[in-house]
Amino acid sequence: MQPGEQRDEVEMLSLMLLIRRFEERASQQYQAQKIGGFCHLYIGQEAVVTGAVAAVRDDDYIITAYRDHAHALARGTSANACMAELFGKATGCSRGLGGSMHFFDKHHHMYGGHAIVAAHVPLGVGLAFAIKYRGEDRVTLCFFGDGAINQGAFHEALNLAALYKLPIVFICENNLFAMGTSVKRSTSLKQIVDRAEGYDIPGEIVDGMNFREVRDKISEVVDSIRKEPHPAFLEARTYRYRGHSMSDPASYRTKDELEKYRLDDPITRLRAQLTREGKLTNEQFDQLDKRAKETVMAAVKFAEESPDPPLEKLYDYTYADGAKA
Amino acid sequence: MREITYRQALNEALAEELERDPNVFLMGEEVAEYQGAYKVSSGLLQRFGPKRIIDTPISENGFAGLGIGAAMVGLRPIIEFMTFSFSLVAFDQVVNNAPNMFTMSGGQFNIPITFRGPNGPAHQLGATHSHAMENFYASVPGLKVCTPATPRDAKGLLKTAVRDNNPVLVLEAELLYSSKGMVEPPDEELLIPLGKAEVKREGSDVSVICYAQTVPLALKVAEQLEEEDISAEIVDLRSIKPLDEKAIYDSVAKTHRVVIVEQDHPFCGVGAEVCYRIQKNIFDELDAPIIRVSQEDVPMPYNECLEHAVLPNAEKLTAAVKQVCYA
Ligand SMILES: Cc1ncc(C[n+]2csc(CCOP(=O)(O)OP(=O)(O)O)c2C)c(N)n1
Ligand SMILES: [Mg+2]
Repeated sequence: MQPGEQRDEVEMLSLMLLIRRFEERASQQYQAQKIGGFCHLYIGQEAVVTGAVAAVRDDDYIITAYRDHAHALARGTSANACMAELFGKATGCSRGLGGSMHFFDKHHHMYGGHAIVAAHVPLGVGLAFAIKYRGEDRVTLCFFGDGAINQGAFHEALNLAALYKLPIVFICENNLFAMGTSVKRSTSLKQIVDRAEGYDIPGEIVDGMNFREVRDKISEVVDSIRKEPHPAFLEARTYRYRGHSMSDPASYRTKDELEKYRLDDPITRLRAQLTREGKLTNEQFDQLDKRAKETVMAAVKFAEESPDPPLEKLYDYTYADGAKA
Repeated sequence: MREITYRQALNEALAEELERDPNVFLMGEEVAEYQGAYKVSSGLLQRFGPKRIIDTPISENGFAGLGIGAAMVGLRPIIEFMTFSFSLVAFDQVVNNAPNMFTMSGGQFNIPITFRGPNGPAHQLGATHSHAMENFYASVPGLKVCTPATPRDAKGLLKTAVRDNNPVLVLEAELLYSSKGMVEPPDEELLIPLGKAEVKREGSDVSVICYAQTVPLALKVAEQLEEEDISAEIVDLRSIKPLDEKAIYDSVAKTHRVVIVEQDHPFCGVGAEVCYRIQKNIFDELDAPIIRVSQEDVPMPYNECLEHAVLPNAEKLTAAVKQVCYA
């Protein structure tokens, strides 16, 4: 996308559908034991990453935690490469060596996929440091969960970003829970965004279930950062519909709570907005959804048919020069 | 050649690499305005400016991670730990992020970063400030670890580390910063490859394998032993990982007797690995069991006499050599 250009909202709705269908299919393939390890689904939170991506350029940097499938898809990593990574195949976005929690895509400026809670927040600050060091006008978007804000790495990173005035947007995807621990039980603050104040970083709360609100707020922040580099903080209030990972029945919350958020579904909401404004018909929506489902089914086929990473190459990705120590 | 200190040698290496490549920057606590806690970065702020010589708050986890992030997009950070004992609070970054990224990304992101600073017990700093971290880090796939013992090695290895496309730890010997040695003049490029040991003294009766602060110790003991007609060959590993197995085996094939003197702890220490490889690969060359001299297996006491007793020292090394020589 070029500066000043707006992404087409129907396309962004279509991206949200792709993410949703991808995650549903991943869940099913996990149950069928095609996918190993831990697998964390993003269902319910789609408006956050799509809104964010709609607000930035393709050459801006993004980095996130382990709930990362959507971030790669939103960035333009193909559903094939994402599904193949879940299957651990050589054609995956990390060649089958990273897995669900470690999606990387250099070409699309997606810097991971990081599974130690908050350990990637300093890395995001480093990406922003490099931008400023080189005098570029890119911006780094650094996503993390509500559980990350009580880690030392998070605090050190915020202070460094503020101290060095780095071009980074810290985006806390507050889905109210870190595994089974609610924000109330983990955090001494009334609202997460107040963490930013402690570092003199401007912070705001956005409705993370509303694509337009996320996009507009991040656009505004990113414009200001491009003019004069500085960090900013957004608390996106959102909700994950599924358990923390595949093995979590999420019995720590009520059905009513889940239902309340489902009624506020980000896809339904953008669809309704577009329909009301005469920009989308029901037939068109069905068409988009059908296309998303087909893309994902094709990705499953692609992943199934792809080869495993070759054992002979086991040592090729330990050192950059291929050395065996 | 001219004689300079270990500290000056490191300073020259930093300056030359900063001069050569604009992607190189130095970051750490007190590296800029204070001129370095151990004055290794003395004068660099004045010469290269605050954009490239960067003071940080006391946030090892934060700035180690910042360096790794910057390295993901092609900068070549040199991250100074005031001492490697403090790298413990950045352990997650050094162990989880720097070396794993290349594998986890399927080869998309290599991390060309150098972590450097003093390592190993110094003098009466007590348990928290006396850590020898080489065996911890050498056990991590994806990291390289070197341990220079002379000014020449310090300069040549640090310059190589900065140019390496992987995370490299340069573990400087805190007690040797003021030691002197001959080094090529600045207009002669000095690069010493990682994974190349050096025989610091030729000998025929016993191979003493050492690194970092144990190298001058071994050389001193070798001189005394010469008077007792024991000829010790001193093999300085220089790099712990990659390990120069060939140099070790060449020496052992010559002397048939081995003492390993290391500055870390005995349990799972560097010497354990070296010892394993020798017996596995050239068992028939050995005329006596290998002996390791290391720290005692206790947290470092503050008391000077006790500290001396805990460290590998001349008495212990001499006794070990005599034991393997059946002398
Ligand atoms: C340092 C560390 N401690 C614990 C874990 C285990 N763990 C994985 S995810 C998670 C909860 C994190 O929640 P949050 O940051 O809110 O992200 P969300 O899962 O809601 O997206 C925990 C405790 C970890 N991965 N890393
Ligand atoms: Mg959460």
